[in-house]
Order: sequence, then structure tokens, then C-alpha cells
Amino acid sequence: MSKYTEEQLEQELKTQEYKYGFYTDIESETFAKGLSEEVVIAISKKKNEPQWMTDWRLEAFRVWKKMEEPEWANVQYEKPKFQDIAYYSAPKEKPKLNSLDEVDPELLDTFKRLGISLDEQKKLANVAVDIVMDSVSVATTFKKTLGEKGIIFMPISEAIQEHPELVRKYLGTVVPTTDNFYAALNSAVFSDGSFCYIPKGVRCPMELSTYFRINEGGTGQFERTLVVADKGSYVSYLEGCTAPSRDENQLHAAVVELIAMDDAEIKYSTVQNWYPGNKEGKGGVYNFVTKRGLCENNAKISWTQVETGSAVTWKYPSCILKGNNSVGEFYSIAVTNNYQQADTGTKMIHLGKNTKSTIISKGISAGSSQNSYRGLVQIGARAENARNFSQCDSLLMGNLCGAHTFPYIEVKNKTAQVEHEATTSKIGEEQLFYCNQRGIDTEKAIALIVNGFSKEVLNKLPMEFAVEAQKLLEISLEGSVG
Amino acid sequence: MLKIENLHASIEDKSILKGLSLEVKAGEVHAIMGPNGAGKSTLANIIAGKEEYEVTAGNIELDGEDIGELAPEERAHNGVFLSFQYPVEIPGVSVTNFIKTAINETRKAKGLEDMPAKDMLKMIREKSELLEIDRKFLSRSLNEGFSGGEKKRNEIFQMAMLAPKLAILDETDSGLDIDALRIVANGVNKLKSKDNAVIVITHYQRLLDYIVPDFVHVLHDGKIVKSGDASLALELEAKGYDWIKQELV
Ligand SMILES: Nc1ncnc2c1ncn2[C@@H]1O[C@H](COP(=O)(O)OP(=O)(O)O)[C@@H](O)[C@H]1O
Ligand SMILES: [Mg+2]
Repeated sequence: MSKYTEEQLEQELKTQEYKYGFYTDIESETFAKGLSEEVVIAISKKKNEPQWMTDWRLEAFRVWKKMEEPEWANVQYEKPKFQDIAYYSAPKEKPKLNSLDEVDPELLDTFKRLGISLDEQKKLANVAVDIVMDSVSVATTFKKTLGEKGIIFMPISEAIQEHPELVRKYLGTVVPTTDNFYAALNSAVFSDGSFCYIPKGVRCPMELSTYFRINEGGTGQFERTLVVADKGSYVSYLEGCTAPSRDENQLHAAVVELIAMDDAEIKYSTVQNWYPGNKEGKGGVYNFVTKRGLCENNAKISWTQVETGSAVTWKYPSCILKGNNSVGEFYSIAVTNNYQQADTGTKMIHLGKNTKSTIISKGISAGSSQNSYRGLVQIGARAENARNFSQCDSLLMGNLCGAHTFPYIEVKNKTAQVEHEATTSKIGEEQLFYCNQRGIDTEKAIALIVNGFSKEVLNKLPMEFAVEAQKLLEISLEGSVG
Repeated sequence: MLKIENLHASIEDKSILKGLSLEVKAGEVHAIMGPNGAGKSTLANIIAGKEEYEVTAGNIELDGEDIGELAPEERAHNGVFLSFQYPVEIPGVSVTNFIKTAINETRKAKGLEDMPAKDMLKMIREKSELLEIDRKFLSRSLNEGFSGGEKKRNEIFQMAMLAPKLAILDETDSGLDIDALRIVANGVNKLKSKDNAVIVITHYQRLLDYIVPDFVHVLHDGKIVKSGDASLALELEAKGYDWIKQELV
């Protein structure tokens, strides 16, 4: 989305409707609604999966059936009716493509409207894009360049076929099927997602990027992502999402697992922009995501996220700092407007010695929205000299919204150093008048103030992503004053 | 250029300006002096369009046009600039980014393209040299952790960048040491021309040694009670505001 002129942005700010609120008319194949063992088996069959995979899914399904949907988050919503969801949907024409020319023109048009020109991205941003349209990947680029370095970056469905030993070895090792309600559901029915493996000592030469997009009405989306960075390797992974507007709520329950082996580093950046529902709080995506990374010795995992979309968000990208000297980072901007609700944060689990974690969370609430930070810092008994620094800043606009901070700290080792700072501020009349007096109107002034407030996190994003994220912040806060 | 007639204004039902009239022509420098709480900042804020004040009577014209209904940013686009007595902090927004946004938003309002980065850079260089501001300063968050003097110097830097038609300097001298005062005053003088005008609000004569006013007005209890030339400032300095108060009784 590097092509995004000021003019377009301005246009965007004028139109109050969700910009990606259109629906692609591609013939899709959708399973009948409802979930049962038969459906799970059918999904697995459809994808031609080996028996171990089918069994794995079935086990997850059995666990899920016994689980209760969690209630502890600070969000209120109508529970999804799990039997009302179709658990599989794939564009019917699902060709294997080597070049863009082969892509369904209608799909290409969708990409254009989304502002993702693959061609351009390839050239300008040096980004390999693996696009997930509904559930099945339809275009994978840059495979060859990556292949030369031995990097595997492909839809997970393909990886199950082509690299079963790798997938089987790591899938579910960081987020077990039994982890939580949504993770179990995902494990049973995940449709597709990405798999990435960086071999020993390899530095991935480009940002790996996936654009997700929910399409088909009534189709839940269950992405599964697995990133494995072998010893001494490095990868930066980008995830960006958009969705068309819909009246009924769409459920999204993804699972992302990261594994950073000794001396490896993974940067995982997300810009999440799903349909938040309309001004009255109707519609919008439910985003219940489980993201977790495991760090071995001297490894590092950084989660950076910019969350502007979804009606309800429930998301805690976490790090298990198992190895000595490992480092976990979490940088987050969560924006809520109108009736959006977000309960998001992180968990830093310090197990190894000299482990270090940093949490920078920026919550921005406007309208009648509720924005909660929930973070757990856990220092295990053997984690000598573990350190954590957490900073949670909240910015409020108007009097109807709420910001909440729930920091949990559990320390079992006396040598630990844990610091927590929190601030809450309001965009003041004086700040706005000051900007106005310099010729900056209120809408733009808010964007400026919000960008300033979020700067520490925006700075952590790759360049081209940061620009996009900045614009998203502006768009998602439009009409939040006055 | 600026014509204020019989201005009455209040805030929270408290009447502050009580029939104030003032006319400023292009090329002129006016000083407004008066004791604390006289309503000087209120006047400045009302000219700039701050909405919390209620104008209950009178009108404000800029170049013959009533600006009473214009939003603050529209007044800014029309060339009104206020150097704040207490500039606010905007964390995370650099001085450079802020002034760039201000300039481009003003240009946009006039139907112009963004200023090319090259020109912007040139102007920033020139104006920061004029005000003896160093590079590092420009990358700092706006007013965050600035000393009183830095804040004021930054206000005048913005004024230099925006080249307003009417500049109102609200106690720009407070917080400045004598060297900074000279630099800032020198900057203001360089920006003066026959086409623009400056209103200097101060309660000390000191600044007026450097920025020499054509007219001096004394504001007391919401009205201009005395006007004169530069010598009035000296007289005030010598006799104090009590002199004015006594004269009024
Ligand atoms: N926002 C406000 N709310 C209430 N009273 C105010 C406000 N602003 C100014 N005032 C009052 O108005 C009067 C004039 O203030 P001001 O214009 O700041 O005076 P000056 O700048 O001449 O010192 C003072 O009595 C002050 O307390
Ligand atoms: Mg004042």
C-alpha cells in the first residue's frame, strides 16, 4: 500500500464508510454451516491431508467441545453461534499460479482496490506477498528468491504436503491444541495460513508479508501461522488485514506460533484493520487471536502491532523466554472508536536466566469505545536476573470512552527487576487550539497528536508499514470529535 | 488591517472585556500593556478565535471582513498568528514535523500543493539561523521539556516560518534572558514590513526597547484606558500601573 497519496487519504477522511467495505464476487465453494467430527474430517480430506493431521484436528475438536468460551476479558458481545458458521470456504477456481497474469482478474481488481499492487510491491517494497483470500492462498511470490536461501514461505496447507516432517515437528508446540477455547477451535478447523522456515544462520533478505482478508459472508476464518527460525537466523514478518463490511458479525480466531531457536531473531509486525462495525456498533469482526512465541538461548522475538479494526478484539501476543539471555518485546498501538472493544496486551514468561522483556503499549480510545490493556509478567524461580520494563499509556478522546489497565506481575525469583509505568492523558482543548491557531484543523490535529503519542511503537515498524499504519490511525479516528 | 469595535466578552458568565476598541494598520507595531488579569491574553485568544470565550457584543474585522464567525484555523489561514503566553506540549511531534504540517495545511487551505521538501528545508535553515536555533532543537518534541526561553523562541521561529499578516506576541519576553530577548526581538524586527502588523503584549518596558512600538495602549479592567506613543511605556515603567488606576478615579 505504498501508493497512497494525500489526496486519497483526504478522500478517505471524507467518506465515513469503511473503505474496504465491498464484496468480491468470486465464486466460492462453501461447506454447509455447522461443526462436527464429520466436518473436521471433510476439511482435512478436502486438503488432502495425511492421517496424522486429521487425527490432530480431531483431537483438538474433542477438546474444544468440552471447553467453555472465556468470560474474563473486559469485553461484551453476543457470543458467536458456532453451529451457524461455515467452516470452509475457498475460491472455487483455485489455480496454481506462477505469475500475476494467471490470477483471476476479479481478484486482481480486489487487490487494486485494497491498494495492494503485487507488482509494485515486489519492485518498490521488496516484499514477498503470500495472499490469503478467504482461506486458501492464491498467489505466492518471490518463492524462488527465497528458495535459493533455503527459506520456506508457503501456505501451511502446502507445507503439510511438502514439508510434513517440519510441520509435524513444530505445529502446536508453542500453542497446544488444549491451550484455550479459540486455539482449540482453530486447531480443529484451520483452513490455511502461512508457514515459514528460515534455515540455520540465514538472514531473510526481505520482509515476508501476508495480507489476510475475510471474504464470503458468514464464513469464519481460522488462520494458522507457524514461523520457525532455526539457529542464528533472522526474519521479519508482516501481517496485514482488511475485510469487507458485513452486517452479521464475523468470527476470526487465528493462531500464530513463533519459534526462535538459539541466537535467532523474529520480528513479527501486524497492522490489523478489520471492519470495526458501523457508528452504532452494528456488525464488525470478532478477533480472538492466540499468538505466542518461544525463545531458546540468546533468541529474540518482537511483536509489534497496530490494531485499529474489529468490533471486539481479544489478543495477547506473548513470549516464552525459555532460553538464557533471551529477549521478548511487545510494542502495541490499539485504537478503539465508536463502539469497538479491545482487550489486548501480552504475556512475558521468564524462565531462563538473564532474560529481558520490554512492553510498550499505547491505547487510544475515542467515541464510546472500551480499550483495555491486560499484561502478565511472570518471572520463574530459575530466572536469575530477569528484567522487565512495562509502559502503558492511554490517550482518551471525549468523555464516553474508557481505558483500563490490568497489569499482573508474578515474581518467583528475588533477583528480578520489574518496572511498570502507566499514564493516562486526554487530548486537551489547549492542544487542539494551539494546532488550530497554526492553521491545522481539529481532525488533522488529532491525527498529529495521536501519531506523536504512538511514535515509539510506529518507529518499530518497517518503513513502508509505518506509513500505512499512520494513515490507518487517522482513518480510524475520523469523526471522533465534534 | 485589524479593527475591533466595542468588544465585550465573557467566560463562564464572568465579564472580562468590557467595550474594547482597537485599530491596527498595516506596517504598524502596537503594544498592549496592563496589569495581570487585565484581559490581555483574553483579547489575544479572542482575536485568534478561541471558542471558550463568549463574545457578547462588538465585532472584529480583518482587512474589512468580519472574522467573528471564522474557526481558529481559518483565521490562521487568513494570516493571524498568536505567539502563546503558555505554549502547549505535544509529545512525540517534532518541531519540524509540526511546522511542516502547519505550513502545508495552510497551503492546502489556499489550494496550493505541499511545499517541496527542498524549499521547506531551505526556509527552516534560514529562519533557524535568524533566531539562532540549532539543528538538534528542531528534532525535539514540541515544547516538551523546553525551558521558558526555548518555548518563546520556538514560537517566534514558527512565526518566521508562517510569515503572518498579523502577529500577536503574548508576553513573548517573559522567560527570556537578555541575550535571547535581543535575538527574538531582532527576529521580529527582520520580519516586519509595511504589509504586516504586530501587536506586542507585555507588562514590561524592556522588550519595547528592542521592538519599538508606534502606539502603546494600556488595558485595564477590560478596556483600553489610555493610548499614546512609545513614551507612554516609559512613563508607565516609571510611575507603575497604580498611576493609571488613580488617574481613572
Ligand atoms: N479560562 C478561563 N476561565 C476563567 N477565567 C478566566 C479564564 N481565562 C481568563 N480568565 C480570567 O479573565 C481575567 C483576564 O485574564 P487574562 O486575559 O489572562 O489576563 P492577562 O493576560 O491580562 O493577565 C482574569 O481575571 C482571569 O482569571
Ligand atoms: Mg496573559
